[in-house]
Amino acid sequence: MIEEGRALFLQIAEGVEDSIIDGSLAEEAQAPSTNELAAFFRINPATAAKGVNMLVDKGVLYKRRGIGMFVAQGAREMLLAERRTVFADRFVEPLIAEARKLGLGPDDLSRLILEHARSHAGTHAEPATTEGASR
Amino acid sequence: MTDVIEVQGLTKRYRDIIAVDDVSFTIEKDTIYGLLGRNGAGKTTVMSILTAQNFASSGDIRIFGEKPYENARVLSRMCFVRESQKYPDDAKPVHAFRSARLFFPHWDEAFAQRLISDFQLPQNRRIKKLSRGQLSAVGVIIGLASRAEITFFDEPYLGLDAVARQIFYDRLLEDYSEHPRTVILSSHLIDEVANLIERVLVIDRGRILMDETTDAVRDRACTIVGDADAVDRFISGREVIHRESLGRTTSVTVLGRLGADDRARLAALGLDAAPVSLQQLIVRLTQHAAVDTPDVHATIEEVLR
Repeated sequence: MIEEGRALFLQIAEGVEDSIIDGSLAEEAQAPSTNELAAFFRINPATAAKGVNMLVDKGVLYKRRGIGMFVAQGAREMLLAERRTVFADRFVEPLIAEARKLGLGPDDLSRLILEHARSHAGTHAEPATTEGASR
Repeated sequence: MTDVIEVQGLTKRYRDIIAVDDVSFTIEKDTIYGLLGRNGAGKTTVMSILTAQNFASSGDIRIFGEKPYENARVLSRMCFVRESQKYPDDAKPVHAFRSARLFFPHWDEAFAQRLISDFQLPQNRRIKKLSRGQLSAVGVIIGLASRAEITFFDEPYLGLDAVARQIFYDRLLEDYSEHPRTVILSSHLIDEVANLIERVLVIDRGRILMDETTDAVRDRACTIVGDADAVDRFISGREVIHRESLGRTTSVTVLGRLGADDRARLAALGLDAAPVSLQQLIVRLTQHAAVDTPDVHATIEEVLR
């Protein structure tokens, strides 16, 4: 779950963001506490707090005094917009680079994408959300 | 942040050996530190001096702003779990816990009982007859249940199996969340503790090689892999801390964070970048420091800053 080489607090923040994007953590629902995140990921609570604070600064979470952290209204839309902007850099660029290495051109790529998207659509009712498969 | 420990120019000499060489650092309140380094690097010496169990040759030490020597006010707020703690010949764990309860003002008896059953420790067997792992468990239980404001664990896991070590890490995190305090954990199992520690202090041959937040260190180095010529073109001007080759493929670990420009250049050159774990980074830095002049300490600290 936790990967090497990237700041832990960013990974914790992204994990919470992923749950908001895929809907398992709804807007206005209570977000996991710093201590819950620390216990679950087996990390230092201060690191988990840093991740949570980053989400508060971004406006994804907000604090209700004495109760805990909650998901802000409009957080999901905001995160979707943000992830879509970096989608090309994070996923399409490496895809093209690897394809070029294997001698696959843009046409081959679009054919492959269409084929796979169709078979995927057959097994899933909804289009799948992107997973945090970044490196 | 308040500093609970301040060390200024600490030096420890044993006849002609310099175990600790003019070391200065501070320890923040309510933070878990990893004190890392090779055998003989000076970790245990530093911890015993801080807990007034050993004398400094020179330098100034303040614990909670006071000198620790024969200072009961300060000493009762600290707990030092030694790797090889000695107990009286006929002592049983139950006796060790009873003394700890008297000495540590924040001792939590219920927590101690829970830990005893977690570690399945036979309380009424003589400590001399315990296995190495059970002996370590006695220290770990005292270190956790004492809830001292500063707790030192000097390689507390010797002989503990993977399950017992995980119990230790889990209980430490759990209890630290509820009762924040300063913990200094010395360990060789760097990857196991990497996610628990907030700050990392690396000691090498009596000097501080790294004093950083663990998160800041995570992306400070990377390994570049690919065709030897392309790798050499990419790394020129960077500080190389390790190099390996297999045929035409070279793998080089460099210090410094990769920006978007660097990533684009890597892609253009057909190179891969792999992350470096905290353990790998420390191994590489320590080896690198060993082959170079002592001046390398300054260089590494500058690059990491």
